[in-house]
Amino acid sequence: MDKETIDRELAAAAERGQFLDVVKSYADFDFDAFLDCVTDEDVRTVLQKPHLNRMDYLTLLSPKAAAYLEPMAQRANRETIRNFGYVMQLFTPMYIANYCENGCVYCGFHQGEPIVRKQLGRDEIREWGKKIKETTGLDSVLVLTGESPRFSSVDYILDAVDVLKDIFASVSLEVYSLTEEDYRRAAAVGADGMTMFQECYNKAAYEPLHPFGPKSNYEFRLDAPERAARAGLRTIGLGALLGLYHWRSEAFFTGIHADYLQHKYKDIEVAISTPRLRPCVAGFQAKSPIDDIGLVQYILAFRLFMPRAGITVSTRESRAMRDHLVHLGVTKMSGSSSTAVGGLACEADEDSQFDINDTRSAAEMAQMLYRQHYQPVFKDWQRMV
Amino acid sequence: MAHTEAKEDKLVIGGRELQSRLFLGTGKFRSNKEMEATICASGAEVITTALRRADADYPEENILNFIPQDRILMPNTSGARNAKEAIRIAHLARAMGCGDWIKIEVISDNRYLMPDNIETIQATETLVKEGFTVLPYINPDLSTAVRLVDAGAAAVMPLAAPIGSNRGLRTKELIQILIDEIDVPIIVDAGIGRPSEACEAMEMGADAVLVNTAVATAGDSAAMAKAFQLAVQAGRAAYLARPGRVLDGHASASSPLTGFLRSADESGVR
Repeated sequence: MDKETIDRELAAAAERGQFLDVVKSYADFDFDAFLDCVTDEDVRTVLQKPHLNRMDYLTLLSPKAAAYLEPMAQRANRETIRNFGYVMQLFTPMYIANYCENGCVYCGFHQGEPIVRKQLGRDEIREWGKKIKETTGLDSVLVLTGESPRFSSVDYILDAVDVLKDIFASVSLEVYSLTEEDYRRAAAVGADGMTMFQECYNKAAYEPLHPFGPKSNYEFRLDAPERAARAGLRTIGLGALLGLYHWRSEAFFTGIHADYLQHKYKDIEVAISTPRLRPCVAGFQAKSPIDDIGLVQYILAFRLFMPRAGITVSTRESRAMRDHLVHLGVTKMSGSSSTAVGGLACEADEDSQFDINDTRSAAEMAQMLYRQHYQPVFKDWQRMV
Repeated sequence: MAHTEAKEDKLVIGGRELQSRLFLGTGKFRSNKEMEATICASGAEVITTALRRADADYPEENILNFIPQDRILMPNTSGARNAKEAIRIAHLARAMGCGDWIKIEVISDNRYLMPDNIETIQATETLVKEGFTVLPYINPDLSTAVRLVDAGAAAVMPLAAPIGSNRGLRTKELIQILIDEIDVPIIVDAGIGRPSEACEAMEMGADAVLVNTAVATAGDSAAMAKAFQLAVQAGRAAYLARPGRVLDGHASASSPLTGFLRSADESGVR
């Protein structure tokens, strides 16, 4: 994407207002000071409130609130059942290409890594899509490419959507940041959602982690979910890659990003993911790791902050962790996952983006959910394009 | 007299005479089998399901295959954000053999799931012309309801509280206006959390109630569905018995303001 196009999009975003304005408004806010000063009384007060504001949410992300996980979990469980029921949406990721021009220092797909680069053609995408549908029954697919506008052009991506929309009820995109017009084209072809992980909301930390490539433009990426919402994509997924920067403030910005979009674009279904850094061929070690307690605290705090928003947990998490998270506010899980191009679960592949932790198939996920008295939902969307 | 009235008490929607005034939704259940058992236990006759959940490619998990054949299936347009999408879903429902009943649900706010009355009116106008039996879900608003009746809606379904909130009859006063002023059946939909609230809606004169979350998320959903059925029946019977005569309640033995008219001697009036 040329600089002129990006500058034009950014100028339009500055004109209409964007999440960047919200991020900037916290430039002088001392997160550590706030988090350290939270008292038991503060946490208990927040837990009594029917609706949480942004500072309430941050309060529940504090170290002090970690002592209140059980009451938070009880409420998160109730809110989730009330709003979503005893159901879990299942979906599968589908990596159709892994060419990438980014230099993300923590990723197994980044440029320069000695992995085999592949890209599936139209027929291969169709065949593989059909195979996924037949073997898993899943009707919701998340299409991923590496971030290479050169190899995986917008036309290539739209072509993939065009093929897959005849196979799956729901097709979402997780690709590089597009222009508003290109998101509009994606919606017109039949995509109904997009996921865009900002990875790291702290700009100073972001820049050295993303030294070159499409992702190196912090502002253009940050505004992508809003461009997609404006373009009419129905489901918008957000996330910070936990481990890159202090997770409490990253969790906070992810949450208020969701809140910002839901407030401004009332008809979208917004969801967050809570990915933690996994081992990959890049061998990057998390600078600020988040432990299991932190992950659960984040999920619970967000659920109480936004009772109707989606929460997605991927196969980066372990089987045992995912089994427990069913009851704690999560609404969407992936299954039969492989992060290798053209890969299915259980098919070993050295050249994957990151190592899958929970390798269960969709059928095994469904059995696990039924055992926990939850209903796996394979289809929850009816395409209208 | 009350006996005779009860015998003739009929609810007719879209030319169908209904025996049960409890309508049931199918979302949020722990399994499709549990949902099926709950429908059977409830005695509910009209069952609504989100068309977006219908999965013709996967019969074992297709929600439609778990709705007993002897019920009236009322697909809903959940997921529609405007009239155009609602109309499209209705067409798909018809093409999938789901019949001609359609509950219009147009939601353009995903934080509270409040219905969009304006888009709902537009969808109703179109779908009635196409021969659907249209039951629109709305914010309880009189002018909207009047327009829906003019458009040919078979019933009007005002919300008691936001979907899934279990907060009860929060819009009671507004629903009462619809009950009093609208000549098609009023079905209270969404927000009812307890059988006692369903009973209260029926006592007010609602023609039916639609319940989902309160049943699907109960500890024993089949037993809760039965409890709702009983509550709806009790509320209807109470309505027919005209509870207002005892509950209006401000009568007193003396008449401080008009008593003078009866005892002219004391007041000095002739």
